[in-house]
Amino acid sequence: MQDFSQSFLSALWLILSGDGDLWAIVILSLQVSLGAVVIAAAIGMPLGAWLAVSRPPGRRAIITVLNALMGLPPVVVGLALYLLLSRAGPLGPLELLYTPTAMIAAQAVLVTPIIAALSRSALEGLWDEYAEQLTSLGQSRLGAIPTLIRDGRAALITAALAGFGRAIAEVGAVLIVGGNINHATRVMTTTIALETSKGNLDLALALGSVLILIALLVNVAVSIVGRDGASPSGPSASGTGPQMAGAR
Amino acid sequence: MIKLIALCAGVSGALAAGLPAPLAAEPRAITVQSTTSTQNSGLFDGILPQFTQETGIPVRVVAVGTGQAIRNAANGDGDVLLVHAKPDEEAFVEAGFGLERRDVMYNDFVLVGPGDDSAGVRAAVDAPAALQAIAQAGAPFASRGDDSGTHKAERALWAAAGEEPGRAAQAWYRETGQGMGATLNIAAGMEAYALTDRATWIAFGNKGPLEIVFEGDPALFNQYGVILVNPERHPFVHAEEGQAFIDWLTGPRGQAAIAAFRANGEQVFFPNAG
Amino acid sequence: MNAAVRHEALTPGGEAFRARLRVRGLRKSAGGVLRISIDELGLAPGGVTMVLGANGAGKSLLLRLLHGLVLPDEGTIAAPPGVQSMVFQRPVLLRRSVFANLDFALKIAGIGRAERHRSVRELLSRHGFGDRAGQPARSLSGGEQQRLAMIRALSVSPAILFLDEPSASLDPAATSSIEALIRSAARQGTKVVMVTHDPGQARRLGDEVLLLHRGRIAEQGPAAEFFAGPVSGAGRAYLDGSLYLDP
Ligand SMILES: Nc1ncnc2c1ncn2[C@@H]1O[C@H](COP(=O)(O)OP(=O)(O)OP(=O)(O)O)[C@@H](O)[C@H]1O
Ligand SMILES: [Mg+2]
Repeated sequence: MQDFSQSFLSALWLILSGDGDLWAIVILSLQVSLGAVVIAAAIGMPLGAWLAVSRPPGRRAIITVLNALMGLPPVVVGLALYLLLSRAGPLGPLELLYTPTAMIAAQAVLVTPIIAALSRSALEGLWDEYAEQLTSLGQSRLGAIPTLIRDGRAALITAALAGFGRAIAEVGAVLIVGGNINHATRVMTTTIALETSKGNLDLALALGSVLILIALLVNVAVSIVGRDGASPSGPSASGTGPQMAGAR
Repeated sequence: MIKLIALCAGVSGALAAGLPAPLAAEPRAITVQSTTSTQNSGLFDGILPQFTQETGIPVRVVAVGTGQAIRNAANGDGDVLLVHAKPDEEAFVEAGFGLERRDVMYNDFVLVGPGDDSAGVRAAVDAPAALQAIAQAGAPFASRGDDSGTHKAERALWAAAGEEPGRAAQAWYRETGQGMGATLNIAAGMEAYALTDRATWIAFGNKGPLEIVFEGDPALFNQYGVILVNPERHPFVHAEEGQAFIDWLTGPRGQAAIAAFRANGEQVFFPNAG
Repeated sequence: MNAAVRHEALTPGGEAFRARLRVRGLRKSAGGVLRISIDELGLAPGGVTMVLGANGAGKSLLLRLLHGLVLPDEGTIAAPPGVQSMVFQRPVLLRRSVFANLDFALKIAGIGRAERHRSVRELLSRHGFGDRAGQPARSLSGGEQQRLAMIRALSVSPAILFLDEPSASLDPAATSSIEALIRSAARQGTKVVMVTHDPGQARRLGDEVLLLHRGRIAEQGPAAEFFAGPVSGAGRAYLDGSLYLDP
């Protein structure tokens, strides 16, 4: 345990002292996982909202599949994407294998069902509450989607954070499509796997703690931003003017 | 699915913009498909900066088991293959996936096991006898089981010993299906015997109760070879840069760099390009 | 006085007949029970129609049907052209500021941003919400929420306004301010269809009364006549407080 606390302090020190390699790894991890979450949110939130408001045939089945896809095994996603992106695969000419782009795509595939399913269940409750009022005001079902996304953003932020948690902690998919290439596609989780395989268990555990710390910081940052964002828009009591109210 | 990925690629292009990207005018980066043993020992971190400094060519290493490295290279997902399973490498060239194969360096495999050596491997006269001792004692043995170069060498040694572990349900023979380091972690945890390349062993940080219990048999010789992926087969291959890397690695400067590399203060790879 | 107003306001060119809200052969079941069954109904073309009836009589359901939120199983509903709006028995305010709630309604009504903001500001200050524009609407008191929902419903100048017990939980002062809003809307030509359980309120505001009993129309007529002497048994029972739904 003494070994561990030493390793943890030295890993933390490497980060705080601005160790270039470790910083690059941390930044790439954030870039990849946040990028994946942005894409997954752009797809998953409208999809979840659409499922919340509309009654397409097979809706139950779609929701069941979506819920099941929340548990997609990362290795399978990585493998499927590898086969697509491999130079011998259909998308080979894009030369995306072993790039951060491929890693973002893999994590986006993993995270989209999570965000879609969580958004769906959160927005369905909001829709129950809003449906008659919005319809009365003359809004169509599809037109209600942006309204729900806006007013349900607190729950959607939670959905996005759940997706981020999954992405940042995931190793199977990024290892296959990223290749864990030093200075190019090495992220926190693949570094941890590598250090573990080198038998540097203390260092691996320390890096894992740093990873948890970073995930915690991202959550704190988002909840602070979310709290501001969730406060009502519109002119404040001090009268900053109604211009803000319409600002999207 | 494809549409989704294309979209992801597009959107994330912006996000990835801040990442290093090769410029057309500069030498392009090459991807080397290699093995966990070379990476885990730290060899690449030790010698690649020198190559990149001399030639300007960045090298990206994907470290997987030899079997997977060969399959990835056959798919064209790499420019250079650097592994240690000579018959498979020759088959790779034979099938037209790669150009000429060249020797680069060698080291050797060692048998590691618990210090008390319950199976009495230390007394064995040669490697097959050592394995027979393990099988007869039914002592736990951790096998890579991942079609890697080390796994292939291990299977060949079992065959030479006249044993076929893993066939029937033999509880003492455990296939981990993982890389060398992960397998050593498992062996340390179970106090099992294992076959490992010496480089990974020396650099390995979690030896626990394990020690080298057998070494030195010529049958444990471990040769590494390097092959350029066939650019006629895969037009995307960065053949010029890949060839430059192979020439450097097998030339005097690369060979000297390999000889100078130390893991935990020991030389673990011996250049023998010829 | 009310009659005169409504004829001037809602029957331009003597189109009174066509401007009526008309219902024919309306049937609606819910939960396996026939909840609404109305063969023929025409509401007075202007002013305030009071929908009365016991709890569970089907008043809210009828309003939803008339407003088009619920589709009938059978029958037709013909409404005069124009915007409709509704305030629900439990008002639904968006999880936004007071300002944004009104702004939203006007935006959907297709009003441009600058004009929207001007009228929202004007509405809020006229109704005493001027200093609370930025406050989350849900943090208003229940009565204030009800009033805001009312202002929002009126902000789009509806041709027909459906109100489902708009002053159910209000204090006397707030009730009279809601009633003032209703009167002024009716004066400006909005047809008001309103549910209430307060006979006094029905008497004060109503031009016409519609008594609903078990999903059927028990009695319909001018408010003054209804309160002076209901013709139906249900009407008499309603007024002396002995009309129950359960047998
Ligand atoms: N979707 C539904 N499913 C089942 N029953 C329903 C549904 N909608 C309405 N009902 C029933 O229809 C009846 C009439 O309901 P409604 O809400 O119209 O009553 P109301 O006259 O407005 O009563 P109150 O004065 O208590 O508001 C009630 O018994 C109610 O339970
Ligand atoms: Mg009701």
